[in-house]
Formats: sequence, structure tokens, C-alpha cells
Amino acid sequence: MSADLIQFFTTNWLGQAIVMLAQCLAVTVPLLVSVAYMTYVDRKVWASIQLRRGPNVVGPFGLLQPFADGLKLVLKETIIPSSANGVLFIIAPMITFMTALVAWAVVPFDNGWVIADINVGILYLFAISSLGVYGIIIAGWASNSKYAFLGALRSAAQMVSYEVSIGFVLITVLLCVGSLNLSDVVVAQSGWFWHWYFLPLLPMFVIFFVSALAETNRTPFDLPMSEAELVAGFHTEYSAMTFGLFFLGEYANMILLSALGAVLFLGGWMSPIPHAPFTYVPGVVWFALKIAFLLFVFSWTKGTLPRYRYDQLMRLGWKVFLPVSLGWVVLTAAVLQFGGWVPKH
Amino acid sequence: MLLQALAFYVFAAITVAAGAMVVVSRNPVYSVLFLILAFFNAAALFVLIGAEFIAMILVIVYVGAVAVLFLFVVMMLDINLTELREGFLKYFPVGALIGAVLFAEMLLGLGIVGAGSTTISGLNTQGAQVLATDNTRAIGRVLYTQYFYLFQVAGVVLLVAMIGAIVLTLRTRPGVRRQKVGDQINRTKEQTMTVVKVPTRGGV
Repeated sequence: MSADLIQFFTTNWLGQAIVMLAQCLAVTVPLLVSVAYMTYVDRKVWASIQLRRGPNVVGPFGLLQPFADGLKLVLKETIIPSSANGVLFIIAPMITFMTALVAWAVVPFDNGWVIADINVGILYLFAISSLGVYGIIIAGWASNSKYAFLGALRSAAQMVSYEVSIGFVLITVLLCVGSLNLSDVVVAQSGWFWHWYFLPLLPMFVIFFVSALAETNRTPFDLPMSEAELVAGFHTEYSAMTFGLFFLGEYANMILLSALGAVLFLGGWMSPIPHAPFTYVPGVVWFALKIAFLLFVFSWTKGTLPRYRYDQLMRLGWKVFLPVSLGWVVLTAAVLQFGGWVPKH
Repeated sequence: MLLQALAFYVFAAITVAAGAMVVVSRNPVYSVLFLILAFFNAAALFVLIGAEFIAMILVIVYVGAVAVLFLFVVMMLDINLTELREGFLKYFPVGALIGAVLFAEMLLGLGIVGAGSTTISGLNTQGAQVLATDNTRAIGRVLYTQYFYLFQVAGVVLLVAMIGAIVLTLRTRPGVRRQKVGDQINRTKEQTMTVVKVPTRGGV
């Protein structure tokens, strides 16, 4: 019987479709749950920094708060402004949410635990993350509101600027790995935790993290939705679940960039000490812990830092990060070439 | 194989339809959005023939950067739609001529009209050699060894264009106050602060 089943799931097109669907669900459902709890953890961390309690009413320790919030958003009325462009207004939050989800197809959770083990994984992630800007810019334009439009313009300029330095960071990492496959990136970092790339490429790790903050429009770079100037930025006109999708998309993007940071710089599913008993812990747990650490830093910065001014943000992106990361690419290439460490493939 | 053919026809049909909509749609913002859809499906077609590197670069460069700037400009323009459509009949012959020339050149390039089947078979064998190794690696190897100088020249041409654009648009206006970060960081306590001993009820 089992042989028949194996044959059905590996050769029959229906079986393959079922397997593919199950794989997608196995990634998406935990992701959505962690997005829900990320909002909870974010608020708790933020509250602790400000000596408050944070959400603690709904359920034990307020653990059901994210679901109460979600239910509220679903049940509220979706308002489409009369002068808005109806179709694009609805499509924009979908694009944001969808791009945040499809990128997970190439993320390796453990050795071999990846939906699509493609050879251009890094490029795929980079391409998908560059699409996130469309949800925001279309939302701003379709809302037909000046605050939303200004927020969208700010966001688009910001994301395009910081993508440049993220691109150079990715190039440095793949120079060291010699492959664009994300699983290869993790395998290249195997060994003790000082073999992970965060140490040899420390400036790049810092640039990557700060650019990730800018890419996800988080404090100190949350100018697209700075409430003091733009009401709520690009999602000023959105209500109920259309707003909810933006919100979920933002958090899913944060988790995605943390996962990317964990894969590129913190050794992905590798355990920090390559000996028992640490190697008994499944790789996916180490991966989740590393993502959780980076997410905590996201919340920490949000609770600690004030907002940048827009010209300062642009100055940081173009005049500091771009030359530094470009210089580091040249330096890494030179060290690899003349030190004889060019990865062999 | 059937699935692949089906996928090809779906993507190809959407590409052509989106391309037509770029020209036909009344709102320029819609045109740009349809252009993005066309780019996307073209990338999918590249994936289907196994050119995944080119597909990803197409999405990163054209969809992720070029089309964003298009959208940026088009959204901020105040376009009068009726005015835009007035010249349609006047410009149609020129547009049709350019389209015809491009189509003829494409046919020539593909070797259907001109050189016969030799070019196509030549392309195919080269393609097979490239596909034998990793796609990205193959492109890199050809670009940085065989066509190294041409590649560098292309880079220099782009650099010149970039400098030209900056020179044309740069204007220094007098009397603009701007933040000088270096000066701010180099300020010392002695330059900016004096500690004054204030007698009680005396004032400064």
C-alpha cells in the first residue's frame, strides 16, 4: 500500500499537486500564526521598554489579543472612498500581502526543507522584495488622497534607495559562497558560530539590518506613515481587512527579511556549536530562534529610536551605505582573489 | 510536456494582451501597470526556456526599478486625456511604420526570412552548451572572458550617460540652507557651550 502511495505522490500529476499544496500550507499556516504573534510580541516588547504591561486582557497573558484584533478587522466595514480608483484600491493590499508570502518558497528551513530549491534563490528573493513597493505606490495613487499619495511617494523612493545597498550586501555574501542557491549559502557557513558570515562581514550585516528596517518602513525609517505629518501615510484611506492585509504584509515582510538575515549571516539552520547535544536540536528550531532574535532587534529599535528626517534618510542611503557597501564588495572580491579563498565549484 | 506548452501559451497570450493594453488603455497609469504585467509574463517565458538568471534580472531591473520610476513620473503628471488622444490619427502612420520596421528586423534576426536555418541551428548548439552548465555561471563566464572589453565599454557608456544626466540637471542655487553633517559632528563643547554662574535673583 505504501509503495502505491509513494508512486501516486511522486508520479501522478494529481498526487504531485496535492504534495505541492500541502507544502505551501505547511509554510503559510505557521507563517501566518507567527505573523499574528509577532504583532503581540512587538507590543509586549514595546510595552516593556516603556514600563507598561502591554496587551494582557484577552486570554491568559493577553495571548488571544492578535486573534481578537484580526476578528475585529474582518468584521468591520470595508470603506472604499467614492473618488478612489476601486479596482486598484482593492488590488494594492493584495499585492503587498502576496509578495510577502510568495518569497517564502525559496527559504530553506532545514537541510532540504525548501519548497523550491532553485539555483537563483537570492535573486528570486531580491526580485520579490523589490515588488513590495508596488502595493504601496498603487495604494497611494488609488486612494486619491494627498496624505496617501505623499506617503506612497516617500515609501517608493525610500525602498528603491535602500534596495541598492541590499543588492551590494547580497553580492558580497554570494562572492564568499560562490552560489546563488540559499541552501548553498547556509552550507558554506557550517562549523562553529564564528564561521557564520556575520563576523567576517560585520559591516555588511549592519548595513543589511538597517536597510531591512528601511525596506519594511519600520522605525526609525517609518516616514511613509509618520502620523505627525501624513495621518497614516499610504494606508490613510484603508479600513477593515484591506488595512489588515497591509498590516499583516508589513509583519510578514519583517519576518521574511529576518529569515534572509538568518540565512545570509547567521548560518540558517546550523547549530552554533557543531557538537552534541546541540546538534540533536532540529535545524528548523535553530532557524526559528535566529529569526526570533532578529525580530526582537526590530522591536527593540522601534521602542528605542526616534524617527529620521527624510533628507537624513536619503543621505544615509545614498551617501553612506552605497559607497561603503560598494567599497566592501571590491574589498571582499580582492581578498578572496589574492588570498586564494575563491570558492571552488 | 503538455503542461509546459499550456504554460507557454498562457504566458505568451497574457504578454501580448498586456502589451496591447499598454498602447490602448486611456489612463497612462493603467498603461504602466499593464507594462509591468507584460514584463512579468516575459520573465515567466524566460523561466520556461530555462533562462532563470535573465528572468530574475528582468524582474529586478525592469519591474523593480525602471517601472517604479515610470509609475512615479506618470502618477505625478497632470495629463489631459482628451488632448492626448487628439493626435492619434496624425501619429498613427509613423507608429505603424516603426512597428513594421521592428517586426521586419526581428524576422531577419531570427533567420526566418534572411539567412535560413543556419542561424537558428547555430544558436541552438550554443544554447545547449550554455545549458549544460549553470545558467548564471555560463553568462558570467562569457561576459567576463570573451566579451570582457565590450562589457567594460558598455559600463563606461552608462557612466558617461549618468554623469551627463547629473550635469544637465544640477543647478546650484544661492542662499539654500542645508545640513552639513560633518560640521555638526566636528563641533566641540567649547565652541558651542559656555557655563555661566548665575547669582540668585540676579539673572544673566
